This record gives sequence, structure tokens and C-alpha cells, in this order.
Amino acid sequence: MVVSSKNPVYSVLWLIITFFAISGHYVLLNAQFLAIVNIIVYAGAIMVLFLFVIMLMNLSKDTEPQKNKWLKLAGAVAGGCLLLVMVAALRHTEKNMTELSKGDIGLIQNLGNVLFKDYVLPFEISSILFLSAMVGAVVIGKKE
Amino acid sequence: MPINYYIFLSIALFVIGIIGVLTRRNAIIIFMCIELMLNAVNLLFVAFSKMHHLANAATNINAGSDGQLFVFFIMVVAAAEVSVGLAIIVMMYRNTHSIDVNFLNRLKH
Repeated sequence: MVVSSKNPVYSVLWLIITFFAISGHYVLLNAQFLAIVNIIVYAGAIMVLFLFVIMLMNLSKDTEPQKNKWLKLAGAVAGGCLLLVMVAALRHTEKNMTELSKGDIGLIQNLGNVLFKDYVLPFEISSILFLSAMVGAVVIGKKE
Repeated sequence: MPINYYIFLSIALFVIGIIGVLTRRNAIIIFMCIELMLNAVNLLFVAFSKMHHLANAATNINAGSDGQLFVFFIMVVAAAEVSVGLAIIVMMYRNTHSIDVNFLNRLKH
């Protein structure tokens, strides 16, 4: 649906539904912190950003650029081949179990302990990355 | 629940993302497909971290939380990437009045 919708706004809405489904999987895997972060960051912030940009550009169905038919077919066939190869390669792997609602490493207490004990440096570096991305976006988006 | 189901689900999501990147020419939709691929990888990370936790929970109480933190960092990087990328798309739209990626081939002249 994300790929096949002609109107980009519908595409964004389908993508939000997909993200909520993925968050549901995180809850099922007992990773509650990641589920909440996924909803807030992806479905909340990033998708609203996409919607704003799409509405700012005033796109509609007739301005939608189209590739020619053979290129589309070739892309779909290439993706299907990748799917086929991956599934065929992984079909006979041993079946390790992931137990669903067991273990509490997904809780924010345990994740926070590990994050601020073992991963302090990457955390700070990611904050610098955010700062530079913010400055970069402002500089690029500024009218010259 | 076998880990295989999660592997196949995230392969399917990833392939949908790849097909989107290959078949569409709208720059915003290509961006959204990249997000979809990142999320497929995140889902696989969480599934494997649960598997690792289940296998090693006896020796290390925090086994597997590395994977979930990695997912967290991937989300951070994706958010930064989206902000910069959307700024680039807005600027490109301002210059060419189109978001067709094929207009960008003037870069090679």
C-alpha cells in the first residue's frame, strides 16, 4: 500500500499504520520502551514531518511522476528475486525460539542502566549528530 | 514462537521497501521506503535480542539489551537523516518545481 498508492498522502497514512503494527510486535516481544519510542518518534514526529512537506508542496495525483512500465516491472521482478533468494536461503535454518512475554530487558529501567553505564560515549556522540543535523537542516532550508 | 517467522516478516518488509525504491520516482516516497527498510531491520534486531536473552539469561541478566539499544541508536540516526533529507527535498522542489528524481540527472552534465 505504501508503494502502490498514487497519492503521497495516502502513502504516508499507510506507512503510519505499518509503524503501529511494528510497535505492536515490539509490545509482543516485551520491548515496551522501544514500542513507545517507535510510536512517538516515527508515527508522531517523522510522519508529521513528511505530511507537512507533502502538503507544503501541494502534490496531487496528476503531478505524480511516472516511470515507464518496463522499468517498474524490472524493479518489481528484482525485488521478488531478492525475496525468493532470501526465503530459500533461510528456510532450513534451525528454529531457535523467542519467548514472547518473558524477561524484562525491554523495560526502561534495565535499558537505561545499560545505556548510561556501557554506552555513554555513543549516546553523547548521537547528541552531537543530532545537533549537526539540526544545523544542517536549517542551513539547507534557509532561503539564500 | 520460532525466530523464523520474524526473519521472514522483516525480509518481506525490506523487500517491499526495495521494490518501492526501485519502482517509484517520487523522492518523498523513496524516502518513506528507506524508513520502511530501517524499520524492518529494527524488528529483526529486537527479535534476535529476545532470542539472545532467552539463551543467555542464566549467566547474564542483561543479555540482549545491547540489541535493543542498537535499535534506539538506529532510530536516532534515522531521525537525523530524515530531517536533513527533507530539507534537501524542499530545496530541490524550490529549484526545479518537481520532486521527480530523474530531474537530478543534470548533475552529470
